[in-house]
Amino acid sequence: MISVQNVHKSFGDLEVLKGVSLDVPNGEVVSVIGGSGSGKSTLLYCINAIESINSGRILVDDVDVHSKSTNKDKLRQKLGMVFQQFNAFPHMSVLENAALAPRIVKKMSREEAIEIAKKELEHVGLGDKFDVYPTRMSGGQQQRLAIARALAMKPDFMLLDEVTSALDPELVGEVLDTLRLLAEEGMTMICVTHEMGFARDVSDRVAYFHQGVIAEIGDAKQVIGDPQNPLTQKFLSKVL
Amino acid sequence: MNSLFTPLSWSDTGYILTGVWNTVTISVVAIVIGTLLGILVGFLRAESNRFVNVLLGGILDVFRSVPLIIQLILFSTFVGAIGHPLGPFVAGSIVLSIYTMAFMTEVFRGGFEGVSQSLQTAARSLGMTYWQTVYHIRFPIGLRAVLPSWLGVALSVIKDSALVSVIGYMELLRTSEQLISRTQQPLMILIGVGLFYFIISYPLSYYGRRLERKMAL
Repeated sequence: MISVQNVHKSFGDLEVLKGVSLDVPNGEVVSVIGGSGSGKSTLLYCINAIESINSGRILVDDVDVHSKSTNKDKLRQKLGMVFQQFNAFPHMSVLENAALAPRIVKKMSREEAIEIAKKELEHVGLGDKFDVYPTRMSGGQQQRLAIARALAMKPDFMLLDEVTSALDPELVGEVLDTLRLLAEEGMTMICVTHEMGFARDVSDRVAYFHQGVIAEIGDAKQVIGDPQNPLTQKFLSKVL
Repeated sequence: MNSLFTPLSWSDTGYILTGVWNTVTISVVAIVIGTLLGILVGFLRAESNRFVNVLLGGILDVFRSVPLIIQLILFSTFVGAIGHPLGPFVAGSIVLSIYTMAFMTEVFRGGFEGVSQSLQTAARSLGMTYWQTVYHIRFPIGLRAVLPSWLGVALSVIKDSALVSVIGYMELLRTSEQLISRTQQPLMILIGVGLFYFIISYPLSYYGRRLERKMAL
């Protein structure tokens, strides 16, 4: 379970998170929507300890993420993350991309790491691309590689930061289908997204971020279909 | 015909080849040491705060701005004056290596700084440590990116090694100068020596470019 408790986060004078609390139990998919600069991506970075926090607490399976005694490298093995930029390692083949972290972080043998990498690449539909270099693939394929690479670490949670925002429109579908598959398999996920259809259909709950606070959170179909907060209504009327 | 001057003969080949060998030796030493130190200091510069960088940058600028020939003479005279004279090869290797390092540092710094932050964040998000990220992501990507600039510096070091002759190292240029004063055939000898520099540099240039194509990202 991921538990975000009254988290505040500032970049200099700019307060980006102004007391955010969110509990995500295992198996749940939560989509985070909201305008740009509302702090939704920052929240993911804080959960993964890429960014520090100013106050509050974030617990991942009861481990305090930002405590000094927490080994953050070890913690991140539990938290798979996929970014808006695909971030494929350009000097490695697709297979090496996915096998690297299991091999050097989890200290698996090369054979073991490659086996897991192959399995996860097939999982996301890249079974025929093992030896290809990522720069020769489409954005959608690169993003699916990023998902497979994260999955190869066998994470308990997936944090997805606008993973379809940098894609050409015709490639969005294949990545969303992959995420839908993960959701069906019971992966716990927090998805920052601008895909309202995906948020409504795939997630259990939707949180609407507005200026650093969660303005509304609830059942996905209800928040998207029948928002209660006027701010949410205004936002959705602009994006839908 | 004045007997002081004797024409170039086949028996001079061994002498010239010694010069070729010495040029290759000191160039390889300077390129290898200069590259290794350049990677180290370049990485340091890419990672350091402003203060360290201004300091390091200032020191390196001295080595990059003062003509190599002056550095060679100053260093060689200085170590002699303080009572630890070094042979021309050792003194020349030290000065040429540091000179090379000063240029290589900037080459590698640019390479390391060019590796995108988000790529490194992605690596860290997989649980990789800082040093694992440096070793598996930043170094290989940064080093590949600067291969063409590295090649340029390495080629110029081979040519600059000719200056080590001023402190008495018997490299290609100095052997040729001595042959010229003996034979009085400067044109032919200089053309020959130029050809030798080309023969030494060309393989590096050729394989460098091939490697570059092979490693293109």
